[in-house]
Amino acid sequence: MLISNMEVVPGKRITQHMGLVQGSTVRAKHAGKDIMAGLKNIFGGELSSYTELLNESRDEALERMKEQARLLGANAVLNVRFSTSSIAAGASELFVYGSAVIVEDR
Amino acid sequence: MEQLIIFLVLLALGYFFGRRSEAKHYRSISERELQLQNLLVLPTRIPPREFRSHSSQLVSGSVVISVDYFKTVVAGLRAIVGGRVGAYESLLDRGRREAILRMQQQADSLGADAVLNMKVETSRIGDNASKGLGSIEVLAYGTAMIPTEPPLNSSGAST
Repeated sequence: MLISNMEVVPGKRITQHMGLVQGSTVRAKHAGKDIMAGLKNIFGGELSSYTELLNESRDEALERMKEQARLLGANAVLNVRFSTSSIAAGASELFVYGSAVIVEDR
Repeated sequence: MEQLIIFLVLLALGYFFGRRSEAKHYRSISERELQLQNLLVLPTRIPPREFRSHSSQLVSGSVVISVDYFKTVVAGLRAIVGGRVGAYESLLDRGRREAILRMQQQADSLGADAVLNMKVETSRIGDNASKGLGSIEVLAYGTAMIPTEPPLNSSGAST
């Protein structure tokens, strides 16, 4: 499955639009990691455990979007956008959406 | 009295460790930026003609950076008088450059020669919502252009 955040794919032609596909996941942080993050708020620096967590969740959201596109019979998702929102203390939602299309070589 | 001592200790810890980690981070950023300067990053929506025979793939890089105590206090004081908050400016600058670098590194490991339609998104990881900034997440993503036929210019020369 081709995933791209551009409207056109170089060297390929869009033959059919299948509509919007999306994937999202809500993740909460681990309490132990939260304590570490509290300490980091004093010293500063990167919170690598959060970076990892968000990356994993984003992959999961992407996977869900791809699954939806697969069910529609698409072979590519174009114009993909990410969005992140923190919905409650300690939980954030990762959302990814795009348009499912069928592309073929030009 | 006790509270004041705790406050001053935290302030000092934030100042020394925060400054040290920021300087270290900036050094590593400029080092890697130099290494990856040949990998084009363009925020254009339409791919230029020379990428016609490239295959595309989504790449992304993200980083979560925390403020230190000193920055929180300085920004809090700055909010009283208003104006430029230099403490947060450098934090966001570091976050963006780091996220873009990670995206470039992923593109580089795929053998790409450019990243098109780059977008940057910043969000706040707020758990201590009332007390300043907490930490920020920066995500950079784009479409990596991977050459499908490596000897592109040599074949162009032969025809």
